[in-house]
Amino acid sequence: MRYLLRRTLHAVFLLFGVSLLTFLFSALTPGNYFDEMRLNPQIAPETVAALRAQYQLDRPLPVRYLHWLNAVAHGELGFSFAYNGPVGPLLWVRARNTLLLTMAATLIAWLLALPLGIWSAARFGRTLDRVLSWTTATLLVVPDLVLALGLLIVAVRTGWFPTGGMVSVGFEGLSSLQKFQDLAMHMVLPVFALALAALPTLVRHVRASVAEVLDAPFLRAARSHGIPDRKLLFGYALRAAANPLISLFGFSLGALLSGSLLVEVVMSWPGLGPLLLEAILARDLYVVIGGVLLSMIFLVGGNLFADVLLYWADPRIRIAASAK
Amino acid sequence: MKQGGKFTKWLVFLVFLHVVVAGAGFFAPYDPVEQDRERPYLPPMRVHWVDAQGHFHLRPFFYPLRLREGSFDQYEEGTDAAVPVHFFTSGARYHLLGNLPSRLHLFGGAGARIYLLGSDAYGRDQLSRILFGGQVSLLAGLLGAGVTLLLGALIGLAAGYYGGWRDDLLMRAAELFLALPWLYLLFALRAFLPLSVGPLEAFLLVVVVIGMVGWARPARLVRGVVLTVKERDFVRAARGFGASDIYLLRRHILPETASVLLTQAAILVPQFVVAEMTLSFLGLGVPEPMSSWGNLLATLQQYSVLVSYWWMYLPALAIVPFFLGYLGLASALQERFGAYKIDEKSGWSRT
Repeated sequence: MRYLLRRTLHAVFLLFGVSLLTFLFSALTPGNYFDEMRLNPQIAPETVAALRAQYQLDRPLPVRYLHWLNAVAHGELGFSFAYNGPVGPLLWVRARNTLLLTMAATLIAWLLALPLGIWSAARFGRTLDRVLSWTTATLLVVPDLVLALGLLIVAVRTGWFPTGGMVSVGFEGLSSLQKFQDLAMHMVLPVFALALAALPTLVRHVRASVAEVLDAPFLRAARSHGIPDRKLLFGYALRAAANPLISLFGFSLGALLSGSLLVEVVMSWPGLGPLLLEAILARDLYVVIGGVLLSMIFLVGGNLFADVLLYWADPRIRIAASAK
Repeated sequence: MKQGGKFTKWLVFLVFLHVVVAGAGFFAPYDPVEQDRERPYLPPMRVHWVDAQGHFHLRPFFYPLRLREGSFDQYEEGTDAAVPVHFFTSGARYHLLGNLPSRLHLFGGAGARIYLLGSDAYGRDQLSRILFGGQVSLLAGLLGAGVTLLLGALIGLAAGYYGGWRDDLLMRAAELFLALPWLYLLFALRAFLPLSVGPLEAFLLVVVVIGMVGWARPARLVRGVVLTVKERDFVRAARGFGASDIYLLRRHILPETASVLLTQAAILVPQFVVAEMTLSFLGLGVPEPMSSWGNLLATLQQYSVLVSYWWMYLPALAIVPFFLGYLGLASALQERFGAYKIDEKSGWSRT
């Protein structure tokens, strides 16, 4: 339990650090949302000053930070200048969509990577392993952006999948089964792009760690005892190889969140990505901070989940934690 | 020796690619900003050796494209007048490597412009724009990696050598930067820097933003090396002889980190080129009329371009051989410096 507590504290520290960091960056900002108004002769300078005061942009940074922190503690993420409303609800809708995309992609990428990696490791150095290695190496040198745009062009030219948006026109009128179908069809392309981008790294790591374990003395001993290969692989090797893979799971979430930001913009999926981009271009301060923080909450949550998983899967951690 | 061979192979491959991009003026047939408003979105022209009459020509040639009857964006080849390709011809003036004026081009069409990879909305030659754009993107990647490695090396040295609270503080910060998804970090940094600036400032801004994102990984690796090296006998001996901290760091410890820094450089450069592409693609990086691999792709955000003009996607593929070369180099370096292969996973699992 101490272990989990420590990991949770660590997560909170991370979130705190990120919020402080983004606020520090924001202090370097030349100009803010109301700067354009100042150039407009129809708006009196007093009005702009009053607006600035209303949103506390004239206060010093530490005060603003504490104020914002207090608001966050009450479940408010600040105020969007461009949307003229609280950031919270705005972000939630978008975050839900991003989460949908990332979770689906994570699930698919891992469901593909695990068997492929294990299979490859079990046939280490043989033809199948070589073919897989070459495939992952090829995928590895194709950046997310190139991959996403390429898939988009293929989809647009063939018309196999809908491109852009999350649902078709007239979504509201559909039955729930049709709604699900429609949503799933729209998800195919972005999820595929994300999963494909994440896949090569995952497969390679799964292969490496399983191959390493397969070579370990205890497994050689087990093999010489005549335990069948299949049981060896799934009963013993996988369990022993789990530790680095679970850590990798936490890490892969970060990569997927980054990738999803880009894929969302490319494929116009209404997630955090497009919102964040708009907010940056409009200097909508709190939306940017809120968006970054929210994605960090996902990331930290995912990592915490990985830690719990690790605690459950790796007896060494349990023993080390209880020995302390 | 096999490893050395691999290393050399990748290095030669990369040098070749970089020479092509650095000498874009020579390899590109035209000026990247020269427009031809009569020929927007021209598809890539086909090289011919056999003409319409079935005669074989030793010198490759092109048929100029003209608008199809009754169409406004469909082109067809006009087979009546061939445009032969001339090699080492004189064409648009350029400055090789920024200061050597020249008019010599590797190839060009005699009498008419040839578009090997098509043209963009303003009739600018796509091939020339890709080559010149490569200069911007690669330079951003290289400079960004330089900034990152400098930062990473300094922070890693300080943390590893001095230890104590400095180490704790710096490594906590590194954890923070490692945990943040890089694109979010890039966005957050870019969000709070000026938006509308001149091309040169924009380029420098991109370099700085990219450079500040990735320092954590090299810093951790350098720190790891420093921790082991500073306890080695020759370092202790030098300290015993009264060497100062600065001398020790510079003379004995920094050289030991070279292998880690080199490997990191090979890994970081292509990643940072991609970062530049991403920023410019999203309109946060290098602006028009300067071309970069990222902003060449920005037109694909228009649906009409995406549907009709597939060759606007070609700039995206330019990064692939570079990425391949750098990753190959990185793995060759890693094999060569096997002794110093520091646990890559230490960056991920924070247990």
